[in-house]
Amino acid sequence: MIKVVDIWKYFDNNAIIKNVTASFEKGKTNLIIGQSGSGKTVLLKCIVGLLEPDNGNVFYDERNFTKMNIADKQIVRKELGMLFQGGALFDSLNIEENVMFPLNMFTKYTKEEKLERVNFCLKRVNLGNINHLYPSELSGGMKKRAAIARAIANNPKYLFCDEPNSGLDPKTAIIIDNLIREITKEYNITTIINTHDMNSVMEIGDNVVFMYSGEVWWKGTREDILHSSNKELNSFVYASELLKKLK
Amino acid sequence: MRRVIIIPQKASFFRKQVIVEIDNLGLKSLGIVVIISIFMGGVVTIQTAFNTDHPLLPIYAVGFATRQSIILEFSPTIISLILAGKVGSRIASEIGSMRVTEQIDALEVMGVNSAGFLIFPKIVAALIINPALVIISMFLGIWGGWLVSAFTDVLPLSHYMSGIMLEFSEYDITYALIKTVVFAFLITSISGYFGFYTKGGALDVGHSSTKAVVFSSIFIIFFNLVLTQILLA
Repeated sequence: MIKVVDIWKYFDNNAIIKNVTASFEKGKTNLIIGQSGSGKTVLLKCIVGLLEPDNGNVFYDERNFTKMNIADKQIVRKELGMLFQGGALFDSLNIEENVMFPLNMFTKYTKEEKLERVNFCLKRVNLGNINHLYPSELSGGMKKRAAIARAIANNPKYLFCDEPNSGLDPKTAIIIDNLIREITKEYNITTIINTHDMNSVMEIGDNVVFMYSGEVWWKGTREDILHSSNKELNSFVYASELLKKLK
Repeated sequence: MRRVIIIPQKASFFRKQVIVEIDNLGLKSLGIVVIISIFMGGVVTIQTAFNTDHPLLPIYAVGFATRQSIILEFSPTIISLILAGKVGSRIASEIGSMRVTEQIDALEVMGVNSAGFLIFPKIVAALIINPALVIISMFLGIWGGWLVSAFTDVLPLSHYMSGIMLEFSEYDITYALIKTVVFAFLITSISGYFGFYTKGGALDVGHSSTKAVVFSSIFIIFFNLVLTQILLA
């Protein structure tokens, strides 16, 4: 489980994240939703330690990540996997080397064991025979899947996904969503997903945190969203005319 | 800098990276070093010959002046300035692109010290390969002068060779290599810094790359003056 308690983050004296407190459960897909500029990515970066919160604490299974020294943080980080918006695969490495990277850095596996793990992870995300291709040779969906393979290569306890569906067609987006959900259940990991894609929310949102103007405005499950009377949430969820009519 | 110069997290990985960087930063610059050194050696010889055409000056002084110019200044400083342009822009744009495409964030999230991982192997590689490039440049520069003497009537070859071998001091090589090592450190660390702290998008990568070259060049010129004063005065 990951807990964030009273997180504040300022940029140029503007509070971008205000008093955010939330829990993200193990074995569930926890979604942070909200419109662009609501502070989702800043919150996620505070959770993974790419940004230091100005106030508040982040707990990984009761371990206070914010208060840790660099060495201890690096130990926790070895338990993290992250899927970035653009995949963030290393351009200079082929897919096999990309997926093998965390294994090369942090394990003492033999080359054969590492290769076996890489092939297992690539197979798990339905990518075959692309080991020697470079990221520039892959489609957007394949890049995302390769990035998921890299994120799970070192058996993470926590998985973070920043806008996993951005730039993907609806069908590929659903494939990626389901893949993330299956991996979360299969390995019982704590997954946090940043998204503004309502399809994702309704497909895989076990727990949903709605952010508005840097604050947590609403929490619940995907079923709760449909019955919520929260004005800002409804305005976000039913942004399109079609959905308004359907409601 | 403390995050950069730190014991590597995985020694075997670090060694491999240093070898890759020696190839990227050094061996791939060999072509430009060879061409510029030969031509500059020839030009320095011709210029010196025409500008020291005086009955009181012995002709072999041309060879001597060419050697000293190449060893003391041209090879260590001018080649380093050229490398600042070629290698510096490469380092800044490579690391800057990694920054704007979140590859550096990916390294950080994995628990990798990204600054050390990306910049330190480049510094070590440059400290190893740049002196080798400069030594090659010295030989080729002097050979460029030899070609001019051998195939033109600027000065007789025997006089050129007498000048080349006149009062050779090994300390000149030491001085040149000390400068080269300092310049190699400046190029890689300054370029790495500008690349690492790139913010924004593709346009900003270009700005970082330009800044890396400009600042590396300024620092090279400044340290050239300081080191010359310290080492030769």
